[in-house]
Amino acid sequence: MAPSTSSAITLNINGEKYTLPVDHRTTLLDALRERLDLTGSKKGCDQGQCGACTVLLDGRRAVSCLQLAVAAEGRVITTIEGVADGEQLHPVQQAFLDLDGFQCGYCTPGQICSAIAVIEEHAAGWPSAATDDVRPEAGVPALGAEEIRERMSGNLCRCGAYVSIVQAVAQAAEATGTQDKEAVA
Amino acid sequence: MTTTTGVAAVTGAVGSAHTRVEGRDKVTGAARYSGEVPFAELTHGWLVLSTVARGRIRSVGDGPVLAMPGVLTVLHHGNAPRVDTDYMGMLGRPNPIVGLFQHDRVPFAGWPVALVVAETSEQAREAAEALVVQYDEEPHDVAFHSGRSDAYTPGDTPIVKAETEKGDVEAGLDASAVVVDAEYTTPEEHHNPMEPHAATARWDGGRLDVIDSNQGSSWVASELAQLFSFDPASVRVRSEHVGGAFGSKGLSPHQVAAVMATTVLHRPVRVVLTRSQMFSLIGYRSPTAQRIRLGADADGRLRAFDHQAQSLTSTVHEFVESSAVLGRVMYDADAHHTLHRLVRLDVPTPTWMRAPGEAPGSFALESALDELAEKCGIDPIALRVRNEPEAGPVSGLPFSSRNVLACFEEGARRFGWADRDPRPGLRREGRWLLGSGTAAATYPSGVGPSTAAVTAEADGTFTVRINAADVGTGARTAMTLVAADALEVDPDRVRVRIADSDLGPAMIAGGSMGTRSWAWAVTVAANELRERLSLGGGIPPEGITARSNTAEAIGALTQKERHSFGAQFAEVAVDVDTGEVRVRRLLGIYAAGTIVNPLTARSQFIGGMIWGLSMALHEEAIRDQASGSHVGADLAGYHFASHADVPIIEADWVDDPVPGDPVGIKGIGEIGIVGVAAAIANAVWHATGVRHRDLPIRPDRVLCAADEARRRAAGGAGSA
Amino acid sequence: MREFGYERAFGVSEAVALLGSAPDARFLGGGTNLVDLMKAGVERPALLVDVRELPLDGVGFTGGGGLRIGATVTNSDLAAHPEVRRHHPALAQAVLAGASGQLRNMATVGGNLLQRTRCGYFTDISKPCNKRSPGSGCPAVDGEHHNHAILGASARCIATHPSDMAVALAAFDAVISYETADGPGELPMSEFYPPVGDTPHIETALPPGALITGVTLPPSPVAAHSRYRKVRERASYAFAIGSIAAALDVRDGVVREVRLALGAVASRPWRARAAEQALIGGPANAEAFAAAADAELAAAEPLPDNGYKVTLMRSLVVAVLTELTEEVSR
Repeated sequence: MAPSTSSAITLNINGEKYTLPVDHRTTLLDALRERLDLTGSKKGCDQGQCGACTVLLDGRRAVSCLQLAVAAEGRVITTIEGVADGEQLHPVQQAFLDLDGFQCGYCTPGQICSAIAVIEEHAAGWPSAATDDVRPEAGVPALGAEEIRERMSGNLCRCGAYVSIVQAVAQAAEATGTQDKEAVA
Repeated sequence: MTTTTGVAAVTGAVGSAHTRVEGRDKVTGAARYSGEVPFAELTHGWLVLSTVARGRIRSVGDGPVLAMPGVLTVLHHGNAPRVDTDYMGMLGRPNPIVGLFQHDRVPFAGWPVALVVAETSEQAREAAEALVVQYDEEPHDVAFHSGRSDAYTPGDTPIVKAETEKGDVEAGLDASAVVVDAEYTTPEEHHNPMEPHAATARWDGGRLDVIDSNQGSSWVASELAQLFSFDPASVRVRSEHVGGAFGSKGLSPHQVAAVMATTVLHRPVRVVLTRSQMFSLIGYRSPTAQRIRLGADADGRLRAFDHQAQSLTSTVHEFVESSAVLGRVMYDADAHHTLHRLVRLDVPTPTWMRAPGEAPGSFALESALDELAEKCGIDPIALRVRNEPEAGPVSGLPFSSRNVLACFEEGARRFGWADRDPRPGLRREGRWLLGSGTAAATYPSGVGPSTAAVTAEADGTFTVRINAADVGTGARTAMTLVAADALEVDPDRVRVRIADSDLGPAMIAGGSMGTRSWAWAVTVAANELRERLSLGGGIPPEGITARSNTAEAIGALTQKERHSFGAQFAEVAVDVDTGEVRVRRLLGIYAAGTIVNPLTARSQFIGGMIWGLSMALHEEAIRDQASGSHVGADLAGYHFASHADVPIIEADWVDDPVPGDPVGIKGIGEIGIVGVAAAIANAVWHATGVRHRDLPIRPDRVLCAADEARRRAAGGAGSA
Repeated sequence: MREFGYERAFGVSEAVALLGSAPDARFLGGGTNLVDLMKAGVERPALLVDVRELPLDGVGFTGGGGLRIGATVTNSDLAAHPEVRRHHPALAQAVLAGASGQLRNMATVGGNLLQRTRCGYFTDISKPCNKRSPGSGCPAVDGEHHNHAILGASARCIATHPSDMAVALAAFDAVISYETADGPGELPMSEFYPPVGDTPHIETALPPGALITGVTLPPSPVAAHSRYRKVRERASYAFAIGSIAAALDVRDGVVREVRLALGAVASRPWRARAAEQALIGGPANAEAFAAAADAELAAAEPLPDNGYKVTLMRSLVVAVLTELTEEVSR
C-alpha cells in the first residue's frame, strides 16, 4: 500500500499550538508563511544557503527551509514573531533598530534569530571556527567582532549591513551579559 | 486647529541621524513583503524555463500535468493571452523576455517556456518539474572573450553614448614618456537581492491589483498597462517593502505571468522566482573585457587616454554595460578616446546592476592609474591631483561641484596614507603579506521628474504622498526628514506614503536618482503648503493639500557635469600559502552633496563598499560552455561576502555644497561600490608585487600568479 | 518534489524495517542535504524514515579509551563536546569549519558522512552526470572544474566529497558502525568510500538498507596534537577548495607519529599515507614536510583549471605540519 503523503500535525510555535494538515513536502518555512500567516521568517534561497529563514527549534537556531514541517512536530519552535516580550523588543531587536543593523530588512528576522542563538551558544561555551584553541581547557574567547562574524556567517545580507549587525550583536550580548551578572549578584 | 505648521518651528531634521520609520516592523517580522500579503483563493504559479540554449519549442506536454493534483492551468506559447512588446517604456523598449509565451523561439537557456498554476506551491513545483518540454535544439555560442571578431559598436542611447573621441590617441601614446597598456576583465555578476522577485496579481472591482517588489510602482504599472493594452487607470501596483533590488526589480517575467494567469483563472495568482531562476530571468551585470592605454609625461600628466570596454548582450535585446564612461568625467588628456563594444551571444540580456558601467569600469581604470603611478614612481594620490580636470573632459561643461581631492585629502589623513612605503611585497605578518591601495570614485547625480502631494491633516499631522520605493535605502525616512524641514515641523508629525502607483508618477529608485528626485518634489509641495498655511484659516476635515510636479523645473536645469565623488582606501592581507585574500580595512570618503540621514547614509555607503569587496574577491557566475547555462546558480555556487569576510569599514563624507542647485542632494546608492575593487586589487599588488587584472581575485589565481612570478624571476635570474 | 510518505522511527531495528517496507525509501536525519536535493529533483524518495529520534545521540568513551559517537549526534554537539575537543581537536575544528551554525544544529554525524557532492553538474538535473545518471557523461572534465578532484578521480567523475568532518575521521582511522535487517556491521573509513572507477554512482560500501548507527574513534594519543585547516573562496560558509586534517608527534626533532588526510581533492577524504610513510622517523622540518607532500601529490592528475590544488595542498601540508611542530615543541 502506498504510504500516505500528508499528515495532520500539531506545531508548537511561539507558545501557541497550531493543528493543521500538511503535505509532507511542506517545509516548516512554507507552513509558517503560507499556512499560518507567520511571514516574518523569510525565504531567501529555499536551499539552506542564506539563513533568512532562521528560526529556533528547541532553542537552537535552524534553517526552516530545510526542515520538513511534519518532522518539526513535537519541537518547540520560536520565530521572529515570538522573540519580543509583548511590546518590549528583545535586546537584539532593539540593538538592530538603534544601530541600523539592516537596510532592506529581508534578512533581518533570520539575522536576529541567529544572533539570539549565537549569544546563547557562546554563553554555553561552544567554540567556533574563529576560536584559535578549541580544547576545553583553553576556554572560549570573549564574543568579540571576529567571533561574532564567524558565528553569524550563516546569515547572508546582500545590502551589506554586516558592520552594524556585528555591533548590534556585541551590544546586545553585553546587555544580556550585564543582566546575567545582575541576576547572579 | 492652528493653521501654522508648528508652534515652534523645527528645522535640522535633514543632516541628523534618525532610525528607520519602518524599522520596528522590520525587526519584529511585521513588515510584509510582496509574497506575504494573504488573499482568499490564492493560487501559486511556477515558471518553467528552457533547458536548451537555442532552438525552438517542439511541444509542451501539458496534458499529463493538467491531470496532476491541484493543477489549475498550464500557460505556454500555444495558449497564452497575447501581449504587445512593441512600445516605448520609461527606459526605452521593453526587454522581449516580458513578452511571455508569445512564440516558440528559445534564445537562451533559462528562457521562460511555461507557467504552471496550482492550488499549493508544492503542487505547482512538482507539476512544473514534471512538465515535459521538447525542443529542436540549435547550436549555441555563449563564449565571451576579448577580441571577438563579431564585436560591434552599438548605437548611442539617451543614457549612454557609445564612443567619444578627441585628439590623436596613437600620436599621444607615441609622444608619452610612460605608457600603460593593460587588459582587465570582470565576470558575469548577479544582483541577488535577498528577497526573490515575487508578485501577486488579482482583479479587484474591475482593476488589476498587483502586490509586487519593485523599484518603481508607477513604472511597473505603466509597463504592464502598455504590455497588456490595459487602460492605465485600471492598473494598480503596490510595493510596500522591497527586500533589495540593486537594479533588478523592474518589469520581469514573474509579474507578467501572474497577470496573465489571474486574467485566465479569475483568482489571485502569486508567482515567486526561485533563487536559481533569478540567474536567468531578471538580468545581471555583463562580463567585461577592457583595454586601457594611458600615456603620460614622466611626471604623470596624461597626454593620451584610451578606454575600450567590451560587454555582451543577448540576441533579442541590446544592453550596454557602460564601463568606459568614467574617463569622460575623471581624467582629461589632449588625446582622449572612450569606446563601448558589444557581442551578441545566446545568453539572457544583461541589465543595470548597482553602479552599472562605473563598477567594472572603475576596476579597470583605477587599476590602470595605479599602474601608471607605479611606472612614474609617484604616489597614486599625487597622480590624481596632477590630473584633476577643470571641466568635463569630454563635454567641456563645468562641474556642479567636484570635491574628489578633498575626499583624498581627508581619506589619506584618516587612513594614515602618508606613512605608506610605496614599494610592493615588503610587509609580512606571519603567513600574511600586507598591502594597501586607493582608488577614486564617481557616479552621476541625475534627477527625474516626480510628483508629490503634501497634506496638512486636521489633527495637526502631515501626510506626504510620493511614489518612492524604499529598497533598503531608507527612502521613507529620508522623505520624512525632508518634508519635516520644508514644513518646519518635527518629523514625528509627518507620515510618508510611498510605493503605490495610485500616488501618481515619480522617479524610480535607481541610478542614485531617487532621493534627489523625490526630495525635490516633496520640498516644492511642502513649501507651497507651508506658505498656504501661513495665510491663516482653519483646516477642513479633508485637510489642505499642495501638489508638485518637477518636470518643468528639471527641464530648466542648466547643463553641468553633475556627479558625486569619492576616495576609496583598502588594506589587505594575502596568505602566501593558500592565496586567500582578506580585506582588513576599508575607508571611503565621499563628496555627495547634502547627506539627508547620516545613520542610513553611512549604512548605504558601507553596503556599497561591501559590494566592491565582494566584486573584488568573490562574485562570479560560471557559464557552462557546453550547455550554455550556469553551473552553480545558487548562493552556494555564487558567493558574495559573508559576515566573516567583512572587516571594520568606515564611510564618511566631506562638505560638498552644490552652488545654485535647487536640491543640493546628489544621491549615494551606487558610489560606495565604485573604485573599491580597484583599491583592493591595488592593495593586493602592494602586498604581493603581482597585479591582478581579472576579477575575482580568487585563491587559485593568486597562487598561479605567484607561481608565474617566481618562474619569471627564476628565468630572469638564469638569463642574466 | 514528488509526494512521499513519512514515518518517524524510535528504535534502530524499527527504522531499518521501515526503510525496507517501501521502494525508494530514505533515512531522514537533519535533512540539510537530502531535503535540498529533493527540491532540486536529484533525490525523489517515496518514503522518508525520520531517524532523528533514535537513541543514537550520545558521545562516550569505549572500553578501550576511544570515543564512540552516535549517528544522530548533531554536528554542533559533536564540535562542542569536551572530550572531542580535548582528544581530537582537529575533528571539532573540521566540524566547525563546515556549513553554518544553523546547519550544524540540524545536521547529524551519520548524514554528514553521506553528504553528496556539491559538483554543480550533479545538482542540476538538466545536465549530464555519471554519478546521478550513470552513463550520461561527465561535463565537468571539459567544463567547469576549478574545484574538482586531483587525486583518485576517473574520466567518469571528478567530483569531490564535500564533508570536512569526514576528513578528520579519515585521519583518525574512524570505524563506521551500521545496522541492517541482517544485523550489525562495521566499515573502517579507509573502506567506507570506494574508489570512483567506473561506478561514481556507488558512493559508499554500506550494504543496501543499512543505517549508520555510529562512529568509533580508536584511542589515539597523537590526535590530541591535531588541527584542521580549510581553504575556501569565502572566509566562512563555503565548501573547501582544499583542506587538511593533521596530527603530529615529534620527539627530539624526529617524527614519531603522523596522521594526514586531505579534503576537497578527491571523491573521498584522502588519507595521505604516502606522505605519512615519508615522514615517519625523519626530521620534522619544512624540507621533509615538502618532500612528504610531493610524495603524496606525485599521483595527482590535475586538469587545466585545478592544477593550483597541487600547489595549495603542498603549501597546506608544510604550513600545518610546521604549526603542529611548533605547538608540540612548546
